[in-house]
Amino acid sequence: MREIDVAVITEAVKDLSISTNIYLPDDVKEALRSSLEKEESPLGREILQVILDNHDIAESEKMPICQDTGAAIVFLEVGQDVHLVGGALEDAVNEGVRQGYREAHLRKSMVADPVLKRKNTGDNTPAIIYTRIVPGDKVKIVFAPKGGGAENMSEVRMMTAADGIKGVKNFVVDRVSRSGGNPCPPVVVGVGIGGCFERSALLAKEALMRRIGEPNPDPDFDEVEKELLEKINNLGIGPQGLGGRTTALAVHIRTLPCHIASMPVAVNIQCHASRHGETIV
Amino acid sequence: MKTVELRTPLDEKQISTLESGDKVFLSGEIYTARDAAHKRIVSLIDEGRDLPFDLQGAVIYYVGPAPSRPGQVMNSAGPTTSYRMDSFTPLLLEQGLKGTIGKGPRSMEVRDSMVKHGGVYFAAVGGAAAGIASTVKAAEVIAYDDLGPEAIRRLVVERMPLFVVNDVMGNDLFEAGIAEYKREE
Repeated sequence: MREIDVAVITEAVKDLSISTNIYLPDDVKEALRSSLEKEESPLGREILQVILDNHDIAESEKMPICQDTGAAIVFLEVGQDVHLVGGALEDAVNEGVRQGYREAHLRKSMVADPVLKRKNTGDNTPAIIYTRIVPGDKVKIVFAPKGGGAENMSEVRMMTAADGIKGVKNFVVDRVSRSGGNPCPPVVVGVGIGGCFERSALLAKEALMRRIGEPNPDPDFDEVEKELLEKINNLGIGPQGLGGRTTALAVHIRTLPCHIASMPVAVNIQCHASRHGETIV
Repeated sequence: MKTVELRTPLDEKQISTLESGDKVFLSGEIYTARDAAHKRIVSLIDEGRDLPFDLQGAVIYYVGPAPSRPGQVMNSAGPTTSYRMDSFTPLLLEQGLKGTIGKGPRSMEVRDSMVKHGGVYFAAVGGAAAGIASTVKAAEVIAYDDLGPEAIRRLVVERMPLFVVNDVMGNDLFEAGIAEYKREE
């Protein structure tokens, strides 16, 4: 049994909340740079250049890439040989969010009551935390600030076996098409297929954490991803929805077994500021 | 398509020269408001009460900035998605609002209202928030401090880079742009 003080988790979450909001992962930056070379629309190229310049400004000024510094999505993988001491795990994560968002002057975007009062909680908590128990004696923390504009364009649909892969493709392309310029394209499209109603949505979000350019481990779904990316980029939506070739930087699919009667499909849309980072404690 | 230097408050004459696709550098005073502030403004109008700022010729920027650091005029401040304000916008245009700044397309109702009342919708580049902040030269909260990032702020901007999406002729840059680059399968 390895003892880990939850204060270490707080510190790691705090650091990740700051770094992920200022520094974009290299694979995302590289995908944006290469889309600039391929973009046919002059306005699209101008917008992509503004987006790339903004990364440099954010890094040099230590300012958030986007003012929407997101809901704090936290994936925890806790080794089953870890004994957490010093407090409750979720409290420690929320404390990290509270400290990071305060110290780095990140925007607090959470409202306590989602419909009636909608009063801002003032510290960007609570984080949205998903915890899995895994073999080992470490804790892996993945932190992803998720903006509201792209999240709003996401959807879960309970499809059936009869819909098949054709139905899945149509749904994904249609979802991106209906989103237009709203989710800040070029987007990353996370697709979750299988599991059950809520699990498909989580799969779609997990799919967004994969590095852009890393192939799908399943060659069949890798092909589907490539086909979907082409179809989506043929929509003409382009950077910011003002027309062009670059509507999506990548399509990532994750799947799980599901019930014989069901085929849940979820599409989680991520804006071009695809922010996420991880630490292993 | 042309490049235009524009200064607020906007009048009918300035607006009538703007065309969908124009690049604009906007200077002068503008006001920030998003979901929660719009709800409150519309309630005030419904109740016949005074508003926190004069809508005549005004430009509203849909933004909830990140909080400024000590000594910093404006932290990252890119546009939020505009459709969420669509249900409120026609009433504000009726009352004299001339321009809105955001990202993403507007409803047909808002577009019709801009044609009818003489209004224009500008797109700022979503996610380019650190760059946009450098065009903000002054900022102060003028109403609804309790809303935090959603408070109404008066900003003084200098050469804020924008694109005209919807003009008074009823054109739409989203529709035109997508039609130009769509590939039929």
